[in-house]
Amino acid sequence: MTADEPTYLDGNAAAGAMREVFAVDITAATGQCAGCGDRGAFAEARLYVDAPGMVARCRRCDDVMVRVVSTPDSTYLDFRGLTYLRIRTPTT
Amino acid sequence: MGSVSPGFTGRRRGGKDLPPGQYLTHDFPVLSAGPTPHILPEHWEFTVTTETGGVSRWDWAAFMALPSEDITKDLHCVTRWSKLGTDWRGVSLDTLLADVETGADYAMAHSYGGYTTNLPLEDLVDGQAWVAYEYDGEPLHPEHGGPARLLVPHLYLWKSAKWVRGLVLSDTEDLGFWETAGYHEYGDPWKEQRYAGD
Ligand SMILES: [Zn+2]
Repeated sequence: MTADEPTYLDGNAAAGAMREVFAVDITAATGQCAGCGDRGAFAEARLYVDAPGMVARCRRCDDVMVRVVSTPDSTYLDFRGLTYLRIRTPTT
Repeated sequence: MGSVSPGFTGRRRGGKDLPPGQYLTHDFPVLSAGPTPHILPEHWEFTVTTETGGVSRWDWAAFMALPSEDITKDLHCVTRWSKLGTDWRGVSLDTLLADVETGADYAMAHSYGGYTTNLPLEDLVDGQAWVAYEYDGEPLHPEHGGPARLLVPHLYLWKSAKWVRGLVLSDTEDLGFWETAGYHEYGDPWKEQRYAGD
């Protein structure tokens, strides 16, 4: 093993940051469409809910940005269609 | 398991015709995960791409020249409604696949608008699946998948891809739009295969 091999933690170490993220109101978030690069408030996405799951599409190019499927025991989240989602954290 | 025959067994439909967890509806709910594509027949085409890259192609005129069938089938949506005895006209996948040389086990249906759904190829043949272009004697409305949609009524309705534009055949099972987000890879309503792992 070489000395400059990057180290990593196990996924549990993300718990604190994730708890913070998923506790916030997504309507206050901004994001970038991975399809066309459009940046905007998530609240301006086009949300389709008369479907087997919830689908948020880009207001500009109609690409899928987010999919959420709720099953009796799980929630599936797919954020592949977003380059990023910016969620403002409370400043303390 | 035999297919559910619409038959003339009386008007007391419901009970035995309803898979577990379904309720009967008489309207035709529209489910959409995106904007409705409006594809003119003259711009429509249907392709079958084999695992070796061979492509068979039909434009609307060639498609309409194929022998078609009247189809009466029950529909079962994973959102729990079922609609019994629906009338369609379409071209059997047996007809479309007759001259396609393939040893593939799986198919991915692709739609205008980007939707996909995966099916075993054996569920698309032997009189089980159609590309349908009429509903109730009328050209299929865009909101229900027109000009043409896949119709695979023995599986949950998300497998009957609206606005279908082709099949891609493969040796491996890839997952489609809903199947990659928690829905069952096969979707047999009689086994209540709604979600992955059911
Ligand atoms: Zn976009």
